Amino acid sequence: MATAAESIEQIKQRIDLIASRKAREEVEAGAKLIDVREPHEWDEAHLEGAVHVPQAELLDRISEVAPDRFERIVLYCRTDNRSSRAADALQDLGYENVAVMRGGIVDWQENGLPVVAAQGLSPEQRMRYSRHTLLPEVGVEGQVKLLNSKVLLIGAGGLGAPSAFYLAAAGVGTIGIVDDDVVDETNLQRQIIHTTDRVGMPKTASAKASIEALNPDVKVVEHRTRMNAENILDIIADYDVLLDGADNFPTRYLLNDASVRLRKPVVSASILAFDGQISTFVPYEGPCYRCLYPVPPPPEMAPSCGAAGVLGVMAGIMGMLQANEVIKLVAGIGEPLIDRLLLYDSLGTRFTELKVKRDPDCPVCGDSAPEIPESEMGKFPDYEAFCAGEPVLRS
Amino acid sequence: MSTVKIPPVLRAQTGGEAELQTCGATVGDILRSLAEAHPGTRSQLFSEGGELNRYVNVYLNDEDVRVLDGLDTTVSESDTVVILPAMAGGQASLR
Repeated sequence: MATAAESIEQIKQRIDLIASRKAREEVEAGAKLIDVREPHEWDEAHLEGAVHVPQAELLDRISEVAPDRFERIVLYCRTDNRSSRAADALQDLGYENVAVMRGGIVDWQENGLPVVAAQGLSPEQRMRYSRHTLLPEVGVEGQVKLLNSKVLLIGAGGLGAPSAFYLAAAGVGTIGIVDDDVVDETNLQRQIIHTTDRVGMPKTASAKASIEALNPDVKVVEHRTRMNAENILDIIADYDVLLDGADNFPTRYLLNDASVRLRKPVVSASILAFDGQISTFVPYEGPCYRCLYPVPPPPEMAPSCGAAGVLGVMAGIMGMLQANEVIKLVAGIGEPLIDRLLLYDSLGTRFTELKVKRDPDCPVCGDSAPEIPESEMGKFPDYEAFCAGEPVLRS
Repeated sequence: MSTVKIPPVLRAQTGGEAELQTCGATVGDILRSLAEAHPGTRSQLFSEGGELNRYVNVYLNDEDVRVLDGLDTTVSESDTVVILPAMAGGQASLR
């Protein structure tokens, strides 16, 4: 009879400890496999074919689980301490054919044997994303949401490059990238997903190579094209969240109008010199891009980074804030930047938060904005002309 | 004196200053006195008719003046006026 003072080593001397591979053979031959760990451990991962009876309940439930006291029973726990105590107690009850799997599920997994992972996470994924799943706000459930999510990056440039890296590392299951450009030497100061030896390569292909090297869980979809009124609805339709890192106003307005039509959230950021802006536009929950900026500025008020320069780390800072917003939207946690515009001034190291309201007169998402009939879906005004100062209104 | 935050695209017209101290009882007064002191900003802030250009957002502290009283919004000494045009930089390729 085991006593509290008796050491686990003493108990183990009278237990039949078997190796994990032997345990597997015995289970395949018909032995009864019982997992005596706690429910949360079982939920995370367990062996196929096992019955779950936590150690504290085992003596009460054994006659129901294994009515035949001569039946071969294999117990396991995380290592083999709890299962050895449980086996000892079963032997005292008259169970004569009890074994314990040495090293438990830890040893089993170290031997590369399969487990049934909780809610769709493989053993490799549980290791890879363990620092996520440890967070109660994310957990296995949030990680599964990320793995099932589809995020579209508009541009694999300054903002798209760093956010693509972190979204890939976070396990976003599908990352689409729209870009028709090739990697240029001047990109490398901030577009860290590209490398020196890939100058001249399409940015979508370069980003894909980096993402796949980082995380094989991620499926990368290349859209090697420029978004326009004809293709935008087809491109964005399959995605859950859109990340706007476009370098020009026609694309930003086009993306806004299409995303409002299809009710897709857009995490929008822009950078110039030492300054950045970011906001999250969730159609009809908060303002859209047009509520914030009803019309684009004239060209002299809207220089590009190519003309005005940009501090490389600004791409990282604002791209990271975008990735953070995307992850929150996908996992359904926290407080997204809806109704708020966040400015960052890197020279002063200052954040400024401004309120943004839905404009009831917004031509796209306002109260009196016309419903778009099915036949009009996908038809857009000429955005290039619109942004060159000749607005062409929706007919 | 109220503080006016100048966006990067206007700093060439303000001698590189990112923040200016300006007098005025309303948002309109403040912006007009800014345009007086730095004439290069006038055409970018105001239309020929003296209206605030639609592509320029102006905030009193954190509130858009469009939901307050626009250019007539009163400003007190401790207030900050933020001038904010849209920016599109991200990918930063020249085209």
